[in-house]
Amino acid sequence: MSDVVVAQSLDEAREALASHPDATVLAGGTDLMVEINRGLRRPRRVVGVAQVPELRRWSVGADRVVVGAGVTYTEMMTTALADAAPALAQAARTVGSPPIRNAGSLGGNLGTASPAGDTLPVLAALNAEIVVVGPDGERRMGLDDFVVGVKQTNLRPGELIVAAELDRPRGRQEFLKIGPRNAMVISMAGLALVADHDARTVRCALGAVAAGIPRAREAEAWVAGQIDWDNGAGVDDAVADEFGQRVAAASSPIDDHRSTAAYRRHAVAVLATRALQRAFAPGGHGDA
Amino acid sequence: MPDPYSLRVNGVECEVTDTDLAESLLFVLRERLGLTGTKNACTEGECSSCAVLIDGVLTCSCLVLAATAAGQEITTVEGLGDGRDELSVVQEAFVEEGAVQCGFCTPGLIVAVHDLLEANPEPSDGDVREALSGNLCRCTGYGRILAAVHSAAATKRSQP
Repeated sequence: MSDVVVAQSLDEAREALASHPDATVLAGGTDLMVEINRGLRRPRRVVGVAQVPELRRWSVGADRVVVGAGVTYTEMMTTALADAAPALAQAARTVGSPPIRNAGSLGGNLGTASPAGDTLPVLAALNAEIVVVGPDGERRMGLDDFVVGVKQTNLRPGELIVAAELDRPRGRQEFLKIGPRNAMVISMAGLALVADHDARTVRCALGAVAAGIPRAREAEAWVAGQIDWDNGAGVDDAVADEFGQRVAAASSPIDDHRSTAAYRRHAVAVLATRALQRAFAPGGHGDA
Repeated sequence: MPDPYSLRVNGVECEVTDTDLAESLLFVLRERLGLTGTKNACTEGECSSCAVLIDGVLTCSCLVLAATAAGQEITTVEGLGDGRDELSVVQEAFVEEGAVQCGFCTPGLIVAVHDLLEANPEPSDGDVREALSGNLCRCTGYGRILAAVHSAAATKRSQP
């Protein structure tokens, strides 16, 4: 194997990784190349997967949406995916700038596994199943099992992220994030909220406020009982505020160079309140 | 060391030999191929001064591993004019509107504006701001850049 393989098919990528499990997988480059340029990483072998056609595909079914690992942020925003997974499109639009969104991909966001990865709360709120292939075949797991720590996944040597499969519930979706400006911002806090009017549940996941991507399960269960599912009335301010506090309780933020723990906890509460009010704005909130 | 590879830049095949695996497309363009129009500033995708088109897609060349760009069509700022001494409509508008001060961000902006106007011949202020949100300029305050984009768009629309 050459030191650099630009795989043109999934089989070619799998074979290259099977023969050299220590090779570094390169997707859009928006994370890995930063480390290479700074001299923090010196890969001995690289398998480029950005041109693998099987990874660039996505499909929308009645209940599920399948997003290939190579689908870019630009594609999440500009294709029919944006209608099938609106929160994913909203999250994609907050990432970087147009050239970053043209290169960065869902699989790259998963592989980097930063708590600030903007698609990750969306995946958690949409009950994503992460599909990986490797020498031992295919494995599927929820985001909780895939992301095992800050920038740590449970990918095994020789494995490759293939796709994420998402729920497609009936109801509105929101992704919100806080940063110092509207572009080129790494989240100080992020939040995805998904309403499911058939299951009568609300699902809410948090970014950049914990080591992983926590779901606010206590707050989700509580608020499901506060929603007027039958008549589509809006949520009371008091309910929205209390939801915010309960969601913030699911965060475990730290002080770092981007923000303080206290501000992050405050921001998450504001985002949760706002997302709930938007998702259940009066009138037809079951129609997405 | 990667095998020698060939990059197609502005329509010309360029052999790249004796390279290091870790070289970005930005580094190879500037240091090996002598195409210094593409600027090297942040090397982390924050400033877009290294923007190029790869198969027509706006890309930060600092975030592309050079060897993986083999077989793709790379267009740098040098490839956008109508010839070595002819300015493109966008370049002309930047000159006329005084949208250039130190000039370091200008090549990346020129590439990004070409990309914008290709897709959207009549952009709103908001469209321009979003399209150029990754291009950092520390001199001009962006007002004249915005004016240059609208001027270039108007000129292009008036051309047959």
